[in-house]
Order: sequence, then structure tokens, then C-alpha cells
Amino acid sequence: MLGLNSRDFRLFLIVCALCVFAPILLNPFPVASSLGESFNAGYPALMQRFVIFGLLVIGFNILFGLTGYLSFGHAAFLGVGSFAAVWMFKLLSYNVVPAIILSVVVAGLFSVVIGYIALRRSGIYFSILTLAFAQMMYSIAFSDLVGKLFGTIVTNGETGLQVYNDDPQILMSEGSPTVPHLFGLEMNSAFTWKVGGWEFVFQNGYYLSAIFMILGFYLSIRIFRSPFGMMLRAIKSNQTRMSYTGLDTKPYMLAAFVISGMYAGLAGGLLAAMDPLTGAERMFWTASGEIVVMAILGGVGTLVGPVLGAGVIKYLENIVSKINDSILHNWFAFMPDWLENLMVTVIHPFIGKGWHLTLGLLFMAVVIFLPGGLMQLGEKIATLFGRKKKSDDAKSGATEPAE
Amino acid sequence: MDALILQLLNGMDKGAAYALIALGLTLIFGTLGVVNFAHGALFMIGAFCAVTMQRILSLSSTVIDETQKDFLGNPLKIEVPYVQSWFGDVAGAAIQDWSVPLSILLVIPVMLFVGWAMERGLIKHFYKRPHADQILVTFGLAIVIGEIIKAFYGANPIQTPSPAALTGSVDLGVGLGFEANTIIYSVWRIVYFFFAAFIIAAVFAFLQFTTFGMVVRAGMADRETVGMLGIDIDKRFTVMFGIAACVAGLAGMMYAPILSPHYNLGMDFLVLSFVVVVVGGMGSLPGAVLAGFVLGIVQSLSSMNEVKAIIPGIDQIIIYLVAIIILLTRPRGLMGRKGVMEE
Amino acid sequence: MSKSNFSRRGVLKTGAVTAGGLMLPTYLRADAHAGYTNAPQGDTVKIGFNVPQTGPYAEEGLDELRAQELAVEHLNGMGDGGMLNTFSEQNLDGTGILGKKVEFVTGDTQTKSDVARASAQSMIQKDGVIMVNGGSSSGVAIAVQGLCQEAGIIFMAGLTHSNDTTGKDKKANGFRHFFNGYMSGAALGPVLQNEYGSERSAYHLTADYTWGWTQQESMQASTEAIGWNTVQNVLTPVGAGDFASYLTPVINSGADTLILNHYGGDMVNSLTQAVTQFGLKDKVVNGNDFKIIVPLYSELMAAGAGSNIEGVFGSMNWNWQLQDAGTAAFVKSFGEKYGFPPSGSAHTCYVQTLLYADAVTRAGTFNPCGVVEALEDFDFDGMGNGPVTYRGADHQCFKDVLVMKGSENPTNQYDTLEIVEVTPRAQVEYEPDHPMFAGGDLGECNPGA
Repeated sequence: MLGLNSRDFRLFLIVCALCVFAPILLNPFPVASSLGESFNAGYPALMQRFVIFGLLVIGFNILFGLTGYLSFGHAAFLGVGSFAAVWMFKLLSYNVVPAIILSVVVAGLFSVVIGYIALRRSGIYFSILTLAFAQMMYSIAFSDLVGKLFGTIVTNGETGLQVYNDDPQILMSEGSPTVPHLFGLEMNSAFTWKVGGWEFVFQNGYYLSAIFMILGFYLSIRIFRSPFGMMLRAIKSNQTRMSYTGLDTKPYMLAAFVISGMYAGLAGGLLAAMDPLTGAERMFWTASGEIVVMAILGGVGTLVGPVLGAGVIKYLENIVSKINDSILHNWFAFMPDWLENLMVTVIHPFIGKGWHLTLGLLFMAVVIFLPGGLMQLGEKIATLFGRKKKSDDAKSGATEPAE
Repeated sequence: MDALILQLLNGMDKGAAYALIALGLTLIFGTLGVVNFAHGALFMIGAFCAVTMQRILSLSSTVIDETQKDFLGNPLKIEVPYVQSWFGDVAGAAIQDWSVPLSILLVIPVMLFVGWAMERGLIKHFYKRPHADQILVTFGLAIVIGEIIKAFYGANPIQTPSPAALTGSVDLGVGLGFEANTIIYSVWRIVYFFFAAFIIAAVFAFLQFTTFGMVVRAGMADRETVGMLGIDIDKRFTVMFGIAACVAGLAGMMYAPILSPHYNLGMDFLVLSFVVVVVGGMGSLPGAVLAGFVLGIVQSLSSMNEVKAIIPGIDQIIIYLVAIIILLTRPRGLMGRKGVMEE
Repeated sequence: MSKSNFSRRGVLKTGAVTAGGLMLPTYLRADAHAGYTNAPQGDTVKIGFNVPQTGPYAEEGLDELRAQELAVEHLNGMGDGGMLNTFSEQNLDGTGILGKKVEFVTGDTQTKSDVARASAQSMIQKDGVIMVNGGSSSGVAIAVQGLCQEAGIIFMAGLTHSNDTTGKDKKANGFRHFFNGYMSGAALGPVLQNEYGSERSAYHLTADYTWGWTQQESMQASTEAIGWNTVQNVLTPVGAGDFASYLTPVINSGADTLILNHYGGDMVNSLTQAVTQFGLKDKVVNGNDFKIIVPLYSELMAAGAGSNIEGVFGSMNWNWQLQDAGTAAFVKSFGEKYGFPPSGSAHTCYVQTLLYADAVTRAGTFNPCGVVEALEDFDFDGMGNGPVTYRGADHQCFKDVLVMKGSENPTNQYDTLEIVEVTPRAQVEYEPDHPMFAGGDLGECNPGA
């Protein structure tokens, strides 16, 4: 169906269903319960990040998972996408359509240029070239060097680019929304459904992002299964041999690079559409590193793995970092005092300001015990429950662990 | 002219630091084939060894002085360092003053141990794994090390002064025929430069002139053959990892007076050290040293006001610009070998 | 001064009407209940403390957090009440805010605008906070202030010193208690003239981002006003670490004063390197002793720079060594709880939390527009800074500024800075349309849903 084989189609349906019901699935606990206060992740801002970073890493996986080329500067495309989108808000209006289109186009242009140059090298030399380009773009944006050269504002430096009341916004008419909208449908409005102690928020912006992620996911399945994807995998397994057969691999590589750059640009545009401010730190090397880590953590070269990796990292960043000692004391309030204090002392280093420690330990644990990323955990669990599938949904995308 | 010479001195000094870090990274990569993202963390551990030494030397006994009050109006506690009560005020203070150079006593055992523990406990299992896995696991380790340091020392940078005799600056220009007070340069940075040069020379001499070094070099060139010759190359590689960790730690220790150590120091140097290594050519020790100095000098020259007046902010991007140009003109960096890390 | 035509009565009436509407099934918008976003329900009210807990300013963020927790304790009637006893308004009685017990949530900004906004969004959307407080950098403050304006939440800025926060990026829902670059310059000028005369040449090293730029602009203006000559302004990359390339040109530039427009780790490193490695403080240029100035001080930076700050002038918003009753009360309760004196940013966050609580009490509502009206052109005293006004035109606090100097003979580890002068407020005041602050638009207060 839809040009997918039945296994892929089933996977696709699962992803669609997860996206549609995310506001419910991610809010498993009643709002007022202490578990709900700590662990519920079904609020719009975080769900948006789940799908947007999922989309970003899906795109990254087309490059890294299929060709094995490790780009260490992918966040730069995310950044230019965001800047392009905010400029559209500043110049035209808050309608997200031109913003998203331009963000994809601009990121595409940047990736053509950078890809053309960086793809002249392979391996770590390629990684460092992409890193160098991204770091240059970061510095330029952070200190607004382009703006300084021309005496104007281009990226607005460290403060970040945002929309001011005195911006031109030539398409704004009286009464048009003053927040990002899709032809009047405001991104930040939502419908809240209260059932008992539960509260589920269905927000326009989240669903728009989710639609883009589903489209991006669909496209990535098609690419993985296409002759083009086959070619990319062939390049990964032995590029020299491909060249000997008289095939010019460069156009294929460049196409993969640009596609993945455009995914990043789209993700950047969506980030800006959800929250119309963008700063240079979105392009810093740690942001690029985070993309790489998300992909490896989830399982490189698998279809769903990257989305999973993005979800886990964003969850840790937003949920674990907010747990503080007084919340811990609440959890363990039922225990005798000495035990309560002991538990709080034991857990304290891993939450709140210590969430980086949890992150680092998680990376190490996953790499050591699950070389295939979190997807492998899924497989192991599936095997454990005796549902031995002939070939796993997720794993089917990859023939081997990616390098 | 004097400005140029000063920037060249800065470049040599900066380059020495870059070269030293890149050297350790290349040792690990060249011998073990492991991409070690925790190398910056090793540098940081070295710097914190200096902090620890300073703390150890200022361990104090507390005397309560009833005549003075602290900020809450309670009697003031006066702390007398043990070294001062043991060695007398003057000698004790002198020992405290020289805490950074003295911490070499701490750095070498600590770094050898950390290197050994890292290699045996973790890295060993990753020789056969893809580079992506190596990156993730060492990156995770770097975060964990940073967090542990933060738990003990806080997030604030910690002042670790160089000995009083080596602070301040010295006039280098007079001997060269310049006017007095035009070419004055930091004493500690000159010390750092010679220290780095010494370590680099020692590492090269070790690899070049000892049997151990010869085996390791052979192992770098062709590990399997050396293994087949019946040489326990694994053990030697563990030692090399320890040595590389030591080099990083010593670089960090001596850098502590220049850059007050803080828990994120490792991450700050991580990207830069990789750029240096790759520009030098993966797996090439002379390349790493050369690239360190080239990038250090280029960066210093680009920070000159005359240059910045023409292109604002060039000093922020110059390293990456130069890296791109070098990698495009020389496919494997300055001195890289074919086929290393190109897949 | 307020552009909104909210009166307390009007707000109450709207609240009552919407509360009536609450009986009907509402399917309108996420936050549609009491006419404003996150109206507190039940007997508690939640506020959010959004501070850097990781990254370069983590230490400062944690100190802010300590002060914020202390403020919540005091509001809820625990502890000794701290500044509640010295505050010129006596509306807060230790029963929470408007009888609702105060609860708080915390978040980590990492000193990154994106992360700070994500964290603030989660506080607003998930935890339902009514106010966000904290932060340790101007970029983050401006980003979160913009977010709170859109969401209809009050933002009480923590440490943010850039002119832009209440200049071109000012927002109706945002308030800044901390002083700014202009005030630092205005306070330092006369003191510097007194100490160093008016025949000096200044060399600026400036961190290349928004705060650095506005700080440098302010310092250049105020030093040129006392007759100093500006030799050069060099922008340095943020987090450069090694400043040697920027310090060596100073030596032969003919300048006899170095102004370090740096903050945090940059300041610690540039000052340390200037003093210990290039011996700038021992030089004599043009017959003058070479001097270094650090316009913005914080206790944590001073601790990081150690003895290198001896005799170096700078400015602060507040310092625990002040002698007034408010300061004494705050230092006492903070010191007894944590064992060391509070930092300036801790003070600001503490005061901001109390000011918010008081404004809500005076307005009789949590509605942001009511709070804005209560805070605009509000005069108060007893919070450690002498008489203070929250100006309605730009939501900037006006108060005395401290000119500080690195202690020459510190008696204990907290005594790193000494107060040179308390610059009276009149000297640091400026018009809302001053060129360094012009161009912004406060906009209308936004109550959200």
C-alpha cells in the first residue's frame, strides 16, 4: 500500500498512530499525581520537539545510515532553516507556509555548496570538513559577522533573531494573528480534553509538525527501499569498487547530502514556526553532536531508531532536568525518614542539575550493552516474549550495523 | 614589527598547547585505532590534578579567633595550612607557591592509572567496534568525567596561580635590538613552550630510539603481523594509552595557570584537538605537532587588530577556514597516510 | 504610564465573569479559564525558577535557586521572614500569595536561549506556572521575556545586565530589577575620574555578543565624558580562553587603562592572564600606573579571579556587605540556611520573587495585567538598595549602584570585594528614549488566554 510492502506499511501505520495519539500516550498519569507532575511528557512544546527532532534525525539517517558518511555539522542546516523562517515572519507575515518553504530551500542551497566541497573527502576528513563549516557558520551567526560587515542585523547575534512590532511584515493585515499560523489556524491554540484527573492537550502546532514528520518518515522509507537507496548502501559497503565499475558516486552522495540537509532545514523551519525565535547556539557543534548521538543511540540505519533516539534525549533534557530534591522528597514521602533521605541522597546526583550524568551513563550503557542502539533493545524484548519475527520491522532497513 | 613578533610568540605558545593535546590524541588513534572523544577530559583531569595539589597543600587546621567576627557575627575561624605548621611559615608558603609544578608528582601516577583503567576497562572492548560506537562511548565517558569533577569542584573556574617567581613578564626585545618594553612576554608561557617542546621531543625520542617504541611503531603500521611475530602488542598498547593520557594530563596541568580549570574545559578543547589532528593527517605524529603550531600561529596572527579591521571576526573562524583549505588542497591533511580513517 | 486600561476593579470583574463562564463546558482554547493563562486553581499557586544549572554559569544559577527557595519559604511563613520584615510594603504576611500556598518548579537553562525557552514552555504548559523568574545572561533573559510575553505570563528577570533587556527588547510582561550597562558606566565614570584623573587612554577588550557590545558602548561614553581617550576596542570571541593574542597588543598601544568588558569565565581568564602573565598592573605608561577596570562584577567571578582583582574597580547591583536593615535581614536568613553570604544575582532573584508576590497582593489578582499595573511606577524600599522605583515606561528598576573594588586585604574568603561608593540613583538615571535604549516597544500587557 502507498508503494510500501506490507511490513513497511504496518510500521508506517504504527508511527502514524503514535503521532496521532501522542498527547494521550505521553500523559499516562493524572495531572495532579506526583508521577504526572514529574513524568508526563504530553505537553505541546515537548511533543513538538519530539517530532521535529525526530524528523531531523530521520533526515540525518538518510545520509549517515545509508552512506556511512558522518556529518558533524548537521545542526548548521537546522540553524539556517530557522533563520530563514524567522526572516519570513519579519518580512512577510506570521503565516508559516512561506517560512517553511524558504527554510527548506535555503538549507538546500547551503547543503549543495557545503556538500559539494566536503564530499571531495571521505571518512573523518569529511566529518571534520562539515564540522569546520558548521562552526564557521555558528561563529558568524553568534557575533553577527555578516551583519557587522554590512552594518545591519542578519542574525542578531547571541540574543537571537525575533520578530519585533516594527518589522515590515508586508502581508500582515489588520486582524491577522500575531503568532505563527497556517492561514489563520494559530499554531499555539489547542484543544484540551479533560477526563477524570487526566488532561490531554491537542495542539495545532504539534499536529502540523507531526504531519511533516510522518511525510518525512514515509519519504525515508521510500528512499531506503528505492534503487537510489540501494546505490547509497552500495557506496557504503565499498565505494572504491563502485568507482571501478565506472560509476560516478558523487552525484548520489551529493543527492543524499542535500536531501538530508533539506530535512534539517525543514526541522529548523518548523522549530521557528512553533516558537518564532532562533539563536545561533542551535548551530553549535554540540547541537550537531547531539544529532549524531540521537542517531547512534536509537540505532543507525534503522527506520524508527533515530526517532526513538531523539525522543529519549529530548525527554531526558526536558523531564529529568526538572526533577529537584523537593520532588524527590514527595515521591518517597511514604517511607520512614531515614530511608527517604537515603533514597533522595542516592538519586540526587542523577536528576536536576545532574541530568548530564544520567545522559553520559546512558550513552555508555547503550553502546556497551546494545551495539545496535535502542532498537536492539526492542528486538531483545520481542524475542524474550517469544514473538520471533522472521525479520524485524525496524531492523529490516539495515543490512548491518552502520559505521 | 613588534606586534608581529608578539603574535608569533603567542602563536608558538598556543601552538605548543594544541600540539601537545593533538600528540596525545594521535598516539591513541595511531596505536589503537580508537577515536577518543574523552581526550579533552584527560586534559581536564590533568588541570584538576593541579587544583587538587593546591587544595592538598592548603589543607589547614582551624583556629578560632574570638577577637574577629565573620559575616554573620560569629567568631572568625582562621585556617593555618599544615605545610606551614610543619615546614615553617616561609618554607611552607614557598611549597604552596610552587603547587602547580609540584603537582607533576600527582599527575603522572594519576594519569597512568586513569589511562590504564580506561583502556583495560572500556576502550579494549571497542577496538573492533565501528568508529561511531567509539565516539559515542568515549563521549559518554567525557560527560561522566566532567560531571564527577563538577560534583567535587563545582562549576566555577578555579584559580591556580603559577609560582610567584614565574609570573609576570620578561623583556625579550632588548637582546634583539628592540627598544626596552616593546617585546615583553609572559614568563609562564615561555616556560610552557619549553615544557611542551621537551615533552614532544621525549615522546618522539621514546618511539624512535627504544625497542619498546620500535615495536609500537611497527604495531601502528601493521598490528596483525607484529602480533603474529609473537609480541604481546596488547600490553604495549595499554602502556601507550597510559603514556598518551600522561601527555594530555601534563599539558592540562601546566595550562592550569593560563586557563583557570573548570569542569567543561575538556569539551572546550575537544573539537579543537580533533581539527588539529585531522589537519595534521590522521595517525601522523609529526603531522599533529606541525598542525598544532600552524593553527596556533595562524590564529594569533588573525587576532591582530590590523587584520580584524579588514575582516571583522576573522579570528573566530580562521582555524576552521584554514582547516578547510588544507583539507581541500592536501587530501589527507598535512602528513596523513592513505587509507587511514577514510572509510 | 501604563498603556493598558486595566484597573483592579476591571480585572476583578473580568475574573468573576470568566469564572462564571467556567461553569459552562468550554472547548475554546487550552488555557481558557479565568481570562488569563494558568490562573491558579485550588489553594496553591505555582511559580517557575528557570536558572542555569549546567554550563558556564551553573554556580550562579544554583545560588539564584537557593535564594528563590528561601523566598518561597518566607512567603509561606517558614523561616525568619527575611526581607518581608524590612520591605516598605507590609502586605505579605507569610500565608503565601493571596492566601494560596506557593509551590515552585525548577528548570535548567544551560545558558542557551533555545533550552531556556523549552524549559520555560514546559513550566508554562505542563506545570501551569503563573510567573517565571531567574536567568543568568541577557540573551536568555531576552529570549524568555519574549516567550512569556507571548504566553501571557509574568517574567521577573534575574541577572541580565545588557541595555537591551529593558531597551530595544523590552516587553510589557517582563521586569528587570538588576541594573544595566549604562548604569555601570554612569556610576563608574565619576569614581574613575576621582581616582585616576581625566588624562587617561583606555583600551577595551569586549566579549563579542550583545551584552559585551552594550557594556562597551556605555563604558566608552562615560569614560569619554570624563575626558578619557579611547585607544581601541577589540572584540574577543566568547569563551576564547586564551586571551594572549588580545592582551599583547595592549602593551604597545600607548593605553594606560584596560577595560575588560567580559563576564564569567571570560573575565576570570582575561583578568588573570593580564595580571599574572603579562604583568599589566605593574606597568607604567605615560607616567601613569597601568590600571584595569572590570565594569560588571559578581562574587563568583571575584572568587574565580582570586587575588588578581586587588584594586580593580567595577560595579555591582548589590553586595552583602551593605549595612542597611534589608540587607542584614536577607544575609542573615541566607547565611544561616546555607552557611555563606548570598551573591548579587541571588539577591535579585529573591527580591524579584517578593516583589511579584507583593504586586499580586496589591492588585488582588494573579492576572498579569493587574500585576503589570501594580508594578509600574511602583516605589519601594527596604530591599537592600535604598529607595527604588520600577519605571513604568520600560520596566527597569532605578536604584543606587555600588562601585566596588577588589579587596586589598581580604579578611575571609567572602570578603573579596569592598564597597567604594554607593552611587546615588539620580546619577545613573536616564530617559526611556536614551539612544542606548531607544527602538524598543513595550507593547501591551498580555494576559494570555
